[in-house]
This record gives sequence, structure tokens and C-alpha cells, in this order.
Amino acid sequence: MSITDFLTDLLNPDLAFLPKALAIAVMSSIVCGVVGCYVVLRGMAFIGDAVAHAVFPGIAVAFVLQGSLVLGGAVAGVATALLIAIFAQNRRVKEDSIIGVFLVGAFALGIVIISQAPGYAGSLQQFLFGSITGIPDRDLYLVGGAGLVILGLVLALHKEFVAVCLDREMSRSMGLAVFWLDIVLYVLVTLAVVISLQTIGNILVLALLITPAAAARLLTDRLGVMMLLAPVIGGASATVGLYLSWSYDTPVGGTIVLVATAIFLAAWLIAPRHGLLTKRWRRPSGQEPTDVTRPMPLSDLAHPQDPSLPVR
Amino acid sequence: MRALEVDQLDVDLGGRPVLRDICLHLDRGELVGLLGPNGAGKTTLLRAILALTRTRAGRVLVEGKPSRPGRSEIGYVPQRHEFTWDFPISVEHAVMSGRTGRLGLLRRPGVADWRAVGDALDRVHLTELRRRPVGELSGGQRQRVLVARALALAPRILLLDEPFTGLDMPTQELLGQLFTSLAGEDHAVLMTTHDLVAAVDTCTRLVLLNGRIIADGHPADLQDAELWTKTFGVSETSPLLKLVRAT
Ligand SMILES: Nc1ncnc2c1ncn2[C@@H]1O[C@H](COP(=O)(O)OP(=O)(O)O)[C@@H](O)[C@H]1O
Ligand SMILES: [Mg+2]
Repeated sequence: MSITDFLTDLLNPDLAFLPKALAIAVMSSIVCGVVGCYVVLRGMAFIGDAVAHAVFPGIAVAFVLQGSLVLGGAVAGVATALLIAIFAQNRRVKEDSIIGVFLVGAFALGIVIISQAPGYAGSLQQFLFGSITGIPDRDLYLVGGAGLVILGLVLALHKEFVAVCLDREMSRSMGLAVFWLDIVLYVLVTLAVVISLQTIGNILVLALLITPAAAARLLTDRLGVMMLLAPVIGGASATVGLYLSWSYDTPVGGTIVLVATAIFLAAWLIAPRHGLLTKRWRRPSGQEPTDVTRPMPLSDLAHPQDPSLPVR
Repeated sequence: MRALEVDQLDVDLGGRPVLRDICLHLDRGELVGLLGPNGAGKTTLLRAILALTRTRAGRVLVEGKPSRPGRSEIGYVPQRHEFTWDFPISVEHAVMSGRTGRLGLLRRPGVADWRAVGDALDRVHLTELRRRPVGELSGGQRQRVLVARALALAPRILLLDEPFTGLDMPTQELLGQLFTSLAGEDHAVLMTTHDLVAAVDTCTRLVLLNGRIIADGHPADLQDAELWTKTFGVSETSPLLKLVRAT
């Protein structure tokens, strides 16, 4: 299918679900891209994973009660995020096994609950792998509104999030409320996951959070650039993925994630400073790759004893 | 008024006594070395001074007032491994992160903030490297970034946790000179270390700590071997004692 055909379908009133799905996919991947930067930089992918699993019983209950799936998922996800934040404060306790037990248990609970609803097999598949049909208009506004709130909070608390991410001990000594900042960040991650579930599905949603941000990290050493690149990569993956999925009749969630993964691999190979191939091209004679590609700054010359070789 | 006064401080961690009956004072212009083996409670004492840990008894006065987090009289330089060095941030922004608490919510750094960061970078001779990602710095440069981050608040008291650990001798010497000149500029500097040589060389006063204060005085007054065997738990024949006698 050509791009023009895709555009025609997007404008076709009989296919009204398609532009809605595109809007939701793009909005959620932009939000996930931004929030995912903190997730990647703090190495807290496990939180995203735990939350993605734990929202399932909430969605199942909402499904059985015919309520809003986004809202049901949000309630369950936020509850989980709070529990994890409380556990994670004491860094001496190994929290990963607790989370592991807990999230699989929550997932199992979701399966049992949803099995009580008639015709659950179809909806189960929809939860797990995402779908572009059957999105109520209400969810469109819910996702848009939630997305704006999330981005607004990120903008407002960015410098605090960065400080905590850089150095928790220093942040405490500066009087920052580290515990509450953790809670807010975990809740933001949860909401980003929940609004993305509809199109991407429960199993693949973690990719939307991690992959664009990780690709962006490979492409830059500057946080500001990274936080602009990640949503662009996410939004592009969603658009291209939906187009491919529509053209070739492939599952939408899987296709979007595959496009994002392809972008990540490309970044890994050709990133300007740290890419695998980039390094090889620069040093064709098989030397050890080092990072000393720039002239030595003056302050190193002023202190020749100070070894300025980068420690990596 | 003393810059810092710790009075009969007791701290327990995880139900075990870590610090007992700590009395310690610090004046401006002093560079005091807090010496003790691993696990002696050096970091815990700094955290207690910063009111980051619950104390069982005693009190800490910073310029005459009880300590609490967020007071900008104290600049804290935690151990280097507390910092996320692979974070995509430049030296100057890392230093600016030290002003996050002072700036407060919803405020962005202004001209005055950038001037403070510029002064701090000048002070540690990192101005030329200010745009470099922190991940591409050597150990000594990283330590200077952390010192600059503390200085960005223009504190009068500096607490440094093991600034020398893991650095080679020339780098230690350079940092030692920096700390000496900071003390000379009327800062009160307290520095923990388990490196005797560097401490004797740079400090105006040494405090030996191992759960409690074992000695407190000028390096020249701490010749008694027993003080050192008690602090570090080493035998009479330890090379450490040869060092003490040599200094
Ligand atoms: N959070 C904690 N809970 C229980 N014990 C702790 C905790 N932090 C430190 N300790 C113990 O307190 C003692 C002092 O630790 P610390 O102040 O880090 O020593 P130092 O900095 O001198 O190496 C050690 O025995 C350590 O095991
Ligand atoms: Mg320590």
C-alpha cells in the first residue's frame, strides 16, 4: 500500500478508528519517549516492567465492570508504583525478588478475573498485543489529557529529577524530598505505560518506554537533546509502525516495536561518537578505540600531573 | 561562634551502635582530617552533621544553630561513587545541579546562578572543561567537579568524604593544595580519609575516629603509637606506625 492510500484511509469516515488509533499511538509514544529518558538513565526498567504487568488486574476488573480500561489500569498501576517506591527506599533490601513475585501474581490475578467475563479470549488477546479498533472517543481525550499532565509535570520537576538521578545523597543534603520525587516519577512512568496499553498491548509496552530513549542516548551526550530525540523516535516509530501494520495486516503493537528496535539498532551502529561502525571507520587499523579524539584542553596542560585520560 | 560543634553525639544504625560520645568542633580557617579505618563511622558522622541520619543522643550546631538538610552554610562533597558518572550531562550543568535545592521548585537558573557556577569552576580550575560530559573526566577531575558543585552554594563549611581515595599521589597533592587554599580563604574544611600520608601532609589538625574519638590534635602531637594501633586496629609492628614516626 502506498503512502497516499494510507492517507486516504486515514480520511475515510468509514475507517474512523484509524486516525484515532494513530493519534493515540503517537501521543502515547511521545509521552513514553520523554518519561523513558529517566527510566533509561536511572536504570529502572524493572519499574516499567512491574507496572506494565500489575496494571493487568485493574484492566480486567474494568473490563468485567464495563468501566474505562485506562482508568482501571491507572488505579492498579499507581498502587503498584507506590508499593515499589516504598520498598525501594531501603536500598539494602533486595527488592527485585519481591517485585518479581508480586508482578507475576498480579498478572495471574488479572487472567483469573478476566476469565470470568464472557468472550474473554478475544479481549485477552487485545490486552496482550494491542489493537487499533474499538477505542472509545472518551479514551482519546483521556490519553491526550493525561499526556499533557505528564509532560507538564516532567517540565516542572525536571531539574529535581535530574538532581536525584545524579546523586541521591547530595539531593538529600540539599533538602530535596527524594522520597516524594521518587513517588512522582514512578507514578508518571505508570501513567505513561497505562495510556500506551491500548495500541501497543501489555507485553510490548515496555519497549515503547525503553527503546526510543535508549536509541536517543546512543545518539547524544546531552540530556536536553536526548529528551527531544526520544519522543521524535517514538512518534516516528508509531506512525511508520501503524502504516506498515495497516499495509501488511501485521499486529500493530508488534510492528511499532519492531520499527523502534530497527531505529535503535541503526543508532547503535552509526551513532556519531559511540556507534560500532563509526568507531571502526575512524580507526581502520584495528587500534584500540579510545575517546581521546579532541585536542587536550588548556586546563589539562596547566596541570600536567592530572591524568586527563577519560575513565570509562 | 564555632563553624561547627558536635556535642556528645550517639548514632545507631540497624540497631547497632556506630558512633558514641562524639565531641568535635571546627573553626573557619581550619582543615581537619577525620581519620579512621573502613567502617569507623566517618561517613555516618558526616551524615549526622548534615542531619541526614537519625541521632540517638547529642546535638550538632552549625554556626550556632541546629543542623537540618538544605542549609547552605554547609557544602557537602559525598564519595565519588555516589554520583552517576555515565549521566549525559556537562561539567557546568553537573555543578549547577548543586544549586537545585536553593533554586526551589519551578525556578530556572538565572544570571546569578551561572555566575556562582562559573566562580566555582574557576576555583577548582575546571573552566576549560566546563562543556565536557562528566563521563569523560579522570578521577581527579571528577573529584574537582564534586568540590565545585559544593562551592556553587558559596558555603562557609565544607565536608569532604574520602576525596583522596582511588587517586594517585600527584592528583592527591593537587587536591590537597586546593583544600588548603580553601581553608586559607576562611572556609572550615572537614575531610575524611583513611590515607594517613595525605592527611598528615595537608591537615592542620587530625581527629582519629573508630566508633568514638580516639585523639584530636595537631599531627605533631599524635606521635603516641597506641593511639594509632587503637584507631586502626593494627599491630605494634605495622608499617603504619613507621609512617607515623617518620612524619
Ligand atoms: N544503613 C545502615 N544500616 C546499618 N548499618 C550501617 C548502615 N550504614 C553503615 N552502617 C554501618 O556503620 C558502620 C560505619 O559505617 P560508615 O560510616 O560508612 O564507615 P566509614 O565511612 O568510616 O567507612 C559500619 O560498620 C557499617 O557497616
Ligand atoms: Mg565512608
